[in-house]
Amino acid sequence: MTDVLAGKVANPKAVLTGSVPLADETEGMSYLQSLPRRLVTLYLPLSLIMLVLLFPFYWMALTAVKPDEQLLDMDTYSPFWTWTPTLKHINKLLFETQYPVWLWNTMLVAVCATLISIIASVLAAYAIVRLRYKGAQWVGGAIFLAYLVPPSILFIPLSTVVFQYGLFDTPFALILTYPTILIPFSTWLLMGYFKTIPFELEECALIDGASRWQILMKIVLPLAVPGLISAFIFCFTLCWNEFIYALTFISSTQYKTVPVAIVTALVDGDVYRWGSLMAGAMIGSLPLVILYAFFVEHYVSAMTGAVKE
Amino acid sequence: MAIALDHGRTRQAPHAVTAWDRLKTNKQWLGAWFMLPAAAFLILFLAYPLGLGIWLSFTDARLGRGGIFVGTENYEYLWDDSIFWLSVFNTLLYTTVASAIKFAVGLYLALLLNERLPFKAIIRAVVLVPFIVPTVLSAIAFWWLFDPQFSIISWSLKRMGLITANIDFLGDVWNARWSVIFANIWRGVPFVAITLLAGLQTVSPSLYEAATIDGASTWQRFRYITYPLLTPIIAVVMTFSVLFTFTDFQLIWVMTRGGPVNATHLMATFSYQRAIMSGYLGEGAAISTAMIPFLLAAIMVSWFGLQRRKWQQGESND
Repeated sequence: MTDVLAGKVANPKAVLTGSVPLADETEGMSYLQSLPRRLVTLYLPLSLIMLVLLFPFYWMALTAVKPDEQLLDMDTYSPFWTWTPTLKHINKLLFETQYPVWLWNTMLVAVCATLISIIASVLAAYAIVRLRYKGAQWVGGAIFLAYLVPPSILFIPLSTVVFQYGLFDTPFALILTYPTILIPFSTWLLMGYFKTIPFELEECALIDGASRWQILMKIVLPLAVPGLISAFIFCFTLCWNEFIYALTFISSTQYKTVPVAIVTALVDGDVYRWGSLMAGAMIGSLPLVILYAFFVEHYVSAMTGAVKE
Repeated sequence: MAIALDHGRTRQAPHAVTAWDRLKTNKQWLGAWFMLPAAAFLILFLAYPLGLGIWLSFTDARLGRGGIFVGTENYEYLWDDSIFWLSVFNTLLYTTVASAIKFAVGLYLALLLNERLPFKAIIRAVVLVPFIVPTVLSAIAFWWLFDPQFSIISWSLKRMGLITANIDFLGDVWNARWSVIFANIWRGVPFVAITLLAGLQTVSPSLYEAATIDGASTWQRFRYITYPLLTPIIAVVMTFSVLFTFTDFQLIWVMTRGGPVNATHLMATFSYQRAIMSGYLGEGAAISTAMIPFLLAAIMVSWFGLQRRKWQQGESND
């Protein structure tokens, strides 16, 4: 498996822009297809799939700004649009609930856990790929296996462990357990990046008397910046997305993260809850969507990098 | 990137090599220190809990107190528990159906996206959005879309005259199953599509041209060029897809919490309910442990099943 895909997914930018280096920029065989044919076999199914993929977000955003009476009365008002958008739900969410606190918790946990994981992964990946100590191959395999251990079979014993260490119901419970999901992933990703850095550069530095630490800090890391960004944003997304640990290890409302708080604290019996629920879901996804918009290529390279070997 | 060299020191006579100097360049010793942070986390919070979970499944531990060894009592109890078997059935149904459709739709979408399109970059970036948005938050959107009274889907179908009464998406046993499977597919398709697309783009167009000249049909081009070249990446993507679908928790928990009448309980949600909500840690741990053989089997099947070609051809299986 190692080499099959390593070269293939080397250029994530090409995946998104479609500028495949292999293909020349001519039309290829597409002149064989007429426009009506393309309309039916390509544009129609594609727009259908896109519609299904995007409709929930449209619905989320629309519900977040719709006035209450239009939300439930679908016969007098057209449900697909509103001419009188309101900020009431968002206002209620931000100033009458603890939503800002939850956002802050999520951000804090995600940033801390990601930083810890990246530092640990950089060291581990460098040691596995370049120090090649005895058994490095096996450790690399073990780390891949660790990546396959899902949180949903770990949360029960982890909850007793968290309790034993006295971390229960503190942000540290999450900051210290999230790296178990992130380290295997980002180590694996960074191993791939480090492998692409020419060994000769390091040999030169070794001859010039640089220590391993200097090589890592001054040669390998600056060259691996794209990989570091990929690992960072992907870890950040995973943290933001994590649910089961946050649900199990945190019980006080003031320490909850956005996904857990929305489900446990924001849902009440009110029929009119949908407006603020959708506003909460929308605002909770915005940071990730914005981050994604800026780093699309890095996301794709992290995704394809994750399945690379 | 230039390395600041300490020229003063290089001119000095080389001092005697001490044991410390040797240690500083010793690979094993340095390697151990470099591995320490990652190893500490993975051992304390991954390997230890994994073992502890298996141990807990043989005890009668409750939430808040340790347990004593009770042998296979938890498993015997589960063996006679019809809800457990229902959750196994649900998990298998959920995983098989959702993974198969995710693969089919994902591959189809990848093939579509691989065509020449206007605004290609934007379309591809937008396709990934369902994967970026936190699952719980999109699950809440689906919860609202599947509302028994105010569902826009029921409303639209009623307007089109296809149905007369609202569909009870999450209140009816089979409706609920199909609804959560749909939500899972919705969330998983972008991942499959974009990863397969990355693989598709490495297939040289000249292969298709040559095949077309030889008179190959569209299906033959797919079957004998695209599919074989894509097999390795399909194996990896589907392994991950099956794994994450099998252990899914979030979608179910947000949309149905396992209801109606346990019809959508997956093994993960069921273990949460038994262990954390009811407090029977030992039993919950037994359910989690029972997932491991299924997971291993799923990984083996999708990994070796789809990799068959490679070792048949006598290549090294590294």
